[in-house]
Amino acid sequence: MKRFFAFVVKEFKHILRDYRTLLILFGMPIAQILLFGFAITNEIKDAKIAILDFSKDNVTQEISNKILSSGYFLLYKNLNSIKDIEPAFKEGIIKEVIIFEQDFSKNLSKSNLANVQIIADASDPNLANMLIGYTSSIILDYQKDLSSGKSLPPLINTDIKMLYNPNLKSVFMFVPGLMAVILLLVSAMMTSISIAKEKELGTMEILLVSPLNPLQIIVGKVIPYFFIALINYIIVIVLAKFVFLVPINGSFALLVLESILFLITSLSLGILISTISNNQQTALMISLSALMLPTIILSGYIFPIENMPLPLQIISNVLPAKWFIIIVRGIMLKGVSFSYIVVETLVLVGMTLFFILLSVKKFKIRLE
Amino acid sequence: MTNNYIIEAENLTKKFGHFTAVDSISFSVKPGEIFGFLGANGAGKTTAMRMLCGLSIPSSGKATVAGFDVFKQTEQIKKNIGYMSQKFSLYDDLTVTENINFYGGIYGLSKSKLKEKTEYLIDLLKISDARNKLLVSLPLGWKQKLAFSVAIIHEPKIVFLDEPTGGVDPITRRQFWDMIYEASHNGVTVFVTTHYMDEAEYCNRVSMMVDGRIASLDTPDNLKKEYNADNMHEVFVKIARGK
Repeated sequence: MKRFFAFVVKEFKHILRDYRTLLILFGMPIAQILLFGFAITNEIKDAKIAILDFSKDNVTQEISNKILSSGYFLLYKNLNSIKDIEPAFKEGIIKEVIIFEQDFSKNLSKSNLANVQIIADASDPNLANMLIGYTSSIILDYQKDLSSGKSLPPLINTDIKMLYNPNLKSVFMFVPGLMAVILLLVSAMMTSISIAKEKELGTMEILLVSPLNPLQIIVGKVIPYFFIALINYIIVIVLAKFVFLVPINGSFALLVLESILFLITSLSLGILISTISNNQQTALMISLSALMLPTIILSGYIFPIENMPLPLQIISNVLPAKWFIIIVRGIMLKGVSFSYIVVETLVLVGMTLFFILLSVKKFKIRLE
Repeated sequence: MTNNYIIEAENLTKKFGHFTAVDSISFSVKPGEIFGFLGANGAGKTTAMRMLCGLSIPSSGKATVAGFDVFKQTEQIKKNIGYMSQKFSLYDDLTVTENINFYGGIYGLSKSKLKEKTEYLIDLLKISDARNKLLVSLPLGWKQKLAFSVAIIHEPKIVFLDEPTGGVDPITRRQFWDMIYEASHNGVTVFVTTHYMDEAEYCNRVSMMVDGRIASLDTPDNLKKEYNADNMHEVFVKIARGK
């Protein structure tokens, strides 16, 4: 035990002495969550629009007011002719133009039909979609107010409710993925590099000839990164909860336990990577290309898995992060209990055992 | 096997697939002896040494190190040997004392013993000015001497040195060998591989390895007589050419 302790102390010294890596290790999660929290946003707030009103009557005025007072839109300018539309978009400031036809109010009362056209800048397709959705629903809402009390053809009323994330805050979606990426980065990548470094420098031989057994060496290598990852994890949770007000609807203890499970999965992956790489470069390249890239793109962290082509959906199943993200979203946002995430948890446990078994086998072959 | 020898090998063999790296070697080493293991690169020196250190399981044959079996008692062997390899055994990003503490620690030295050893080594190597400096800032020769001292910090019965003097100037090499003699004088058995033939002269006995076999094993003087050579280099050339 004392031997093992001496080894762990050495590992901590290696890490603490390397200021630059340390700065990246702790700075990165903070930078990432702030970026995702503040910069990347799917919400609409004060989108600048222009209105081209050919009718200029009470009704169009009321609709315009309703749209502009919603808080989502800001009137940038009023247009006077069709010709103005294109230049207005080209300026790059407005995102949407609303056009009311001539005699809007008159048409509405006479034939119960009036036309409004919405043109959106679809160079950012997601934003355009959302703007159009917001505008249409405000107009629909006005129409309902108007029709109440009058006998009109029956309307189907859709009542939409966004469950678990009513304000569609993107940070709610990114936080679980971010946890996965940070845990993977710190534990899998850093452990694999640190073990590979020992091999590259030739000090691994010395450790293997010493009375330390291989298990102690591996566990000793892993322990410091376990704690660093845990600290990072706490930083992310605290920032998410208190700065971005991401709810933790489920059991906090369950969340922590599942995260520790994923942490162990990542560490075992790191060990596996280190058994197949003989120097730090290889370990870094394998971690980045085979681990980080697929995790960021395919795990559902940023892009929904359901929208991917089938082959990619199948591939996404082998990524531990995919399962962890489902678990975290379930616990944090939906507040589910353990019984809902048993399968995902078992998948992670299975993967961990598989990685550890494979590493042990690889390690033995190397000793032969 | 008798207990008069600290290392005994009998028909020790290591195969990697179809390639036989070490081909049925037999030898024995007496306690306190400086035993040289010589040969060209790829002759099987390092593989043989790895088997004796418990780093690699032999394919066949028998061997004991410090009385322990290399097949079954590798853990016991590891506690009784020191090891220094051609690559660096110390950590560049740790200080001199931290390196000493680390190696002392993994060999289970007690705190007081470790403190005593640290002071002794720093005094011996005359590096008290550099004790808290990172190893990376020390000259190569110092590092090498420190690496050797650290390899025997736990007072092992045997120390294995795998080409310990690679890349060092002749003066440092000479000083390094003084340290080896000192250790041998204190009863440590030294098992050293090298391809510097002048170093072979410093050994008590030398075994010449060619293509995984021991071609010749005797004291340097006897080898020179046998091969009618002036120095070990000539001996080696004659053996390598097949007389």
